[in-house]
Amino acid sequence: MAQSTKTPLIRISKRPAVPTKTKALVYAAAILLALVVCGLVTTLMTGLDPIAVYATMINGAFGTTRRIWVLLQDMAMLLCVSLALAPAFRMKFWNLGGEGQVLMGCFACASCMLLLGDSLPNAALILVSLVASVVAGAVWGLVPAFFKARFNTNETLFTLMMNYVATQIVAYFVILWENPKGSGKIGMINQSSQAGWLPVIADSKYLLNIIVVAAITVLMYVYMRYSKHGFELAVVGESVDTARYAGINTSRVIVRTMLLSGAVCGIAGFLLVAGTNHTLTTTVSGGLGFTAVMVAWLAKFNPFGMIASSFLIVFMECGASEISTTFSLNQSFSDILTGIILFFIIGSEFFITYQLHFRGQTKAAQEATAGKEA
Amino acid sequence: MFDITSFIQRAIVQSIPLLFGCTGETITEKSGNLNLGLPGVMYIGAISAVIGSFFYEQSLPDPSAINPALAVLIPLVCCVIGSLLMGLLYCFLTVTLRANQNVTGLAMTTFGVGVGNFFGGSLISLTGSDIPSLSLSASSGIIGQTLPFADSLGDFGKVFFSYGFLAYTAIIIAIIASYVLNRTRVGLQLRAVGEDPATADAAGIDITRYKYVATCIGCVIAGLGGLYYVMDYSKGIWSNDAFGDRGWLALALVIFTLWRPAVGIPSSILFGGLYILYLFIPTGTDLSVKELYKMLPYVVTIVVLIVTSMRNKRESQPPASLGLPYFREDR
Repeated sequence: MAQSTKTPLIRISKRPAVPTKTKALVYAAAILLALVVCGLVTTLMTGLDPIAVYATMINGAFGTTRRIWVLLQDMAMLLCVSLALAPAFRMKFWNLGGEGQVLMGCFACASCMLLLGDSLPNAALILVSLVASVVAGAVWGLVPAFFKARFNTNETLFTLMMNYVATQIVAYFVILWENPKGSGKIGMINQSSQAGWLPVIADSKYLLNIIVVAAITVLMYVYMRYSKHGFELAVVGESVDTARYAGINTSRVIVRTMLLSGAVCGIAGFLLVAGTNHTLTTTVSGGLGFTAVMVAWLAKFNPFGMIASSFLIVFMECGASEISTTFSLNQSFSDILTGIILFFIIGSEFFITYQLHFRGQTKAAQEATAGKEA
Repeated sequence: MFDITSFIQRAIVQSIPLLFGCTGETITEKSGNLNLGLPGVMYIGAISAVIGSFFYEQSLPDPSAINPALAVLIPLVCCVIGSLLMGLLYCFLTVTLRANQNVTGLAMTTFGVGVGNFFGGSLISLTGSDIPSLSLSASSGIIGQTLPFADSLGDFGKVFFSYGFLAYTAIIIAIIASYVLNRTRVGLQLRAVGEDPATADAAGIDITRYKYVATCIGCVIAGLGGLYYVMDYSKGIWSNDAFGDRGWLALALVIFTLWRPAVGIPSSILFGGLYILYLFIPTGTDLSVKELYKMLPYVVTIVVLIVTSMRNKRESQPPASLGLPYFREDR
């Protein structure tokens, strides 16, 4: 009867399969906890009661029609980049180069608008910019993929470095094309002719972007879920050896998936420049490539899940920026709150994947099963 | 024309934060943890030092009453605590909770840069000054104190002795790290953890402890880079986002050195040189070309990354389990 082996106080084991309900519960608990902590942090810094803080945040995100549009636009852009990264991540190819790929897309689009603005009819110009952006983004994704497929070069670090190469290329051209001279920036491109600007539909310059991203979401879901390509990249992600054994050409899958990933980033760049910003700066992508990594991860690369996670992040950003203006805090406050939320959600994954067994609890459970058997 | 003495001197000054970051990250990565939160950690190191030093200077009746020992110790201790907390956070999430390292690291960078800019901005508004920066010249004058005979030795003195004590600390730490990693049992075991944790575990090495300790030490060292940057390099002046992309550059440097801290000393000076080369290249009125020169460190890193993977030599590869969580029952 007496056991001589020592059981540790807490034992960890992997959960076999997790029902969606449990998952949702854990996430909800994590977000709730995170919001409580965020409220506490804000209260400590501003001395306001937390309820007022939350009210301000909701007001910042949904307060006016304009704010809702901005929220939807930011969400759409973040979602677009996350969608681009998702297939690469599913393949366990850590594409941290979204930032650079978006930036190259922006750059290609802006250069088409600048250089061809006078010589092409508007529809053709938009088409040419779109193609150029897609190609630029895809090329930026292709370079690390090629070396990964050929020499197994570490893609995490490679794609990371490519971001800064892209930034400096853009910085070079921004100064080369600066307008007016000496300002160090490109103002609105084709301000008067509006050549290459995407058409405004239903009085909102954001609506077209949102529709395009919605379409990409559905397409990406179908691609990853129901296409042969989607299946192949999932197999490569699970095990390269299995993939090879099953006759999948892994190099080709890697290169193909990264071309797609870069191309969708290029589309995001195109939407940013032709759709909303109409200018080119080194910060036009504003860290989207990095935030998108977290958005895609939080949703476990499910395109529809990413709608929720990008909403959460953008809501926090809008809300926190409203707190900062209302209570005259620094704009960076939103980064702190986003960070806290992310830490909680990242941490909560553990409780989905693993199960904790406490010493006493295990014994009780064993007795219970023993009782049943008897 | 090309002032070689001042170029070298400025390259070295630029290199010190990178060297701290690189040494810290190398130690971390040797344990198998790829800490992409490095930029955030360096920001936290810098802002913690600034906060400590700011309140110390504010508590003084006048700047001349400053106690040199405290002026050095307070920012130093604050910096160590700040970056240690970041290290613990990273370890808790990735080692204890086995979260994905890339995502955790990026979240830490967002958080760290946010904290840095938020508190930096808040302190600036506390002082009520018009310029968007914060000056801690009294403390920084003491921390950045150069050796007294530096000026009397001409160019030689300028190249070798014109730095504050933190610069020499960086080099000493890199040498010690190199020795510990390559010549001691602890270093061997640490490398084993980073290469193949399952085997190391079977050999009786406490994986969790090694990962925690290595990552926390790494973060503290990286945090010192932030301290050096703000209190010595920029003379105690904090302005938001001034630290720039040095954190990422330090990450690039780790690859460039092929995970060898001693190589980090000359390499960081090379990177420092590449980083400021654009200031020394006479391009006339064409400012745009300077931007292309700033690309150099990253391009060089990419080339190194490609070449090492092409040659595929065993001793120049990243730690084999870099970026992967370890779960004993997962075999």
